[in-house]
Amino acid sequence: MKGVEVTAQRVSRSYGDFKALDNVSVQIKKGEFFSLLGPSGCGKTTLLRIIAGFDFPDSGSVAFDNKDILPLPPEKRQANTVFQTYALFPHLTVYENIAFPLRLRRTDKATVEQKVMEYVKLVQLEGHINKKPSMLSGGQKQRVAIARALINEPSVLLLDEPLSALDAKLRQNLLVELDLIHDKVGITFIYVTHDQSEALSVSDRIAVMNQGKILQIGTPYEIYEAPATRFVASFIGETNIFPCTVLSCEAHGEEFLLRLDVPQLQDEVFVTDFEAQEVGASLDFTVRPEKIRISHTPPRSNNATMNTFKGIVEEPIYSGFQSKFFIKLEKEPSTLVKVFKQHTVFLEEGPEIQWKDTVYVSWSANDGYLVKDTEQ
Amino acid sequence: MSHHRNTLKTSFSFSYTMLSLVIVFLFIPLFVVVFFSFNSVKGMQWESASLIWYKTLIYESPSLWAAFRNSLLIAFTSSISATILGSLAAIGIKWYRFKGRSYITTVSYLPMVLPEVIIGISMLIFFSAVKIRLGLFTIFVAHTTFNLPFVFMMVSARLDEFDYSTLEAARDLGANERQTLLKVIVPSIIPAILSGFLMCITMSLEDFVITFFVSGPGSGTLPLYVYSMIRYGVSPVINALTFVMILGTMLIAFFFRKFLKTVAASS
Repeated sequence: MKGVEVTAQRVSRSYGDFKALDNVSVQIKKGEFFSLLGPSGCGKTTLLRIIAGFDFPDSGSVAFDNKDILPLPPEKRQANTVFQTYALFPHLTVYENIAFPLRLRRTDKATVEQKVMEYVKLVQLEGHINKKPSMLSGGQKQRVAIARALINEPSVLLLDEPLSALDAKLRQNLLVELDLIHDKVGITFIYVTHDQSEALSVSDRIAVMNQGKILQIGTPYEIYEAPATRFVASFIGETNIFPCTVLSCEAHGEEFLLRLDVPQLQDEVFVTDFEAQEVGASLDFTVRPEKIRISHTPPRSNNATMNTFKGIVEEPIYSGFQSKFFIKLEKEPSTLVKVFKQHTVFLEEGPEIQWKDTVYVSWSANDGYLVKDTEQ
Repeated sequence: MSHHRNTLKTSFSFSYTMLSLVIVFLFIPLFVVVFFSFNSVKGMQWESASLIWYKTLIYESPSLWAAFRNSLLIAFTSSISATILGSLAAIGIKWYRFKGRSYITTVSYLPMVLPEVIIGISMLIFFSAVKIRLGLFTIFVAHTTFNLPFVFMMVSARLDEFDYSTLEAARDLGANERQTLLKVIVPSIIPAILSGFLMCITMSLEDFVITFFVSGPGSGTLPLYVYSMIRYGVSPVINALTFVMILGTMLIAFFFRKFLKTVAASS
């Protein structure tokens, strides 16, 4: 595996009173496609810029393969950046842009041509090499930027929201291509994005950030299915979150079965978790909308830990392959529960569940999660 | 669409009247001057067509040509120095953070907004205070001073559209500070630098007021020379000179327009 291991340890950076990075530590493996995900202002770009050398931490260390890189200027680091705004040189053609790093090092003409054509092919820009950036589409510009950043054969490619200026369809295509390029060149990719679907679909691992801190590091599956905090649960995908108090906690095989008091649902809820919780602890209970089943009749429950609630369809939102429903629960305080249902069969008379229908929503104990409040 | 245009063309329009009036007032005096440059005698009475004043202009006006050479020399040297200083100032002020940055920006526009008489007088006072003899050098300094803000302004405007991240990209890809300046910044702002330079040439060639104050014996430029000629009565040589200058300016304007277009197209 090419690439280097990137280690940031206890990195902090403040701008005046604003803490952009607050004691952040992360270890990115050799050749990994690693995403820094979070809302704007969470510090993800600051961390990337520190790795690139455009910004400096107030404290902490950054190392490539255990070698401190902070004293090195950007041009001496084995990392190249793909910028959000493409940052192509407007006066140079596609060919000249990609050749720029090689020509700086006075590479001979034949080598330049051979290498540029190799990378032009990698990003599929054959036929555009003599165009100026102003004649290219957004997607093509970003391909030029990627080729230009890769031609120096860096050990780390830093991508700063590279797709955010592109439209949705193009973004999906370029994302897949980026993944293929990563597979081909095999170096470490650090990808900064605020778009959770981008991060989930290509990353090997993701660090979810908020307010200058890393809240959770894990594979996309772990991040989505087992969010560590309330913020991660609500930022990644959609979910239902309710405050709760633990009523009881008992061992249940390898897990623990907890009985919760959820005031917003006016009922007790069963949930399984790998960690035991103290009785009386205040936490948040969350369940993803696609894990909730919806039906006109009460589910045949031979399971005592099944959670079932009766309600009325308040707002069905049809979106082709699935519908999103907001179900207003019968019991006060009439909390709204978000439910997704896929349309797997075609019905002559329209969707199976309609506005104002009385329905039952249910989920089993191991579909829910307990999360802690982020702000602590 | 074309139908709509036709109705506009045929109908009476305020804009067309104004346009005609402006053209008449701007160009009739020029035509009169050109017309009388081909007269065979002095004065406003037409005798017969002749090229005698052109002959006088070309063969018998050595001091006029000396003034013209001064003008060209001053124009080129002062424009080159103003362009270099103004461009570097714009780049420096845009990209480096230092104390008094906005103050310098404001002050650098001063020569552009101050009345020329004031600049002329203050320069004259300054030069005599530091005991620099008035001559070509003082004119060069004065022209550099009043040209600088125009270059600064044009280059700054171009830099404002410039994407700062391209500089980071250049550094990231291995360019040092000097390479970034020469291979990225200058090539992308070269149209602004060139148009600033051309503007300097024009302004330097035509300047009268400031030059009047800071010129010394034997260092007169063409505008000063023309002015001194007029003091002894309007010579038809001036008419001839006017026509030559109109032609020259039109030619230069035409070629520079083409040139600037190619530069703009290639960037």
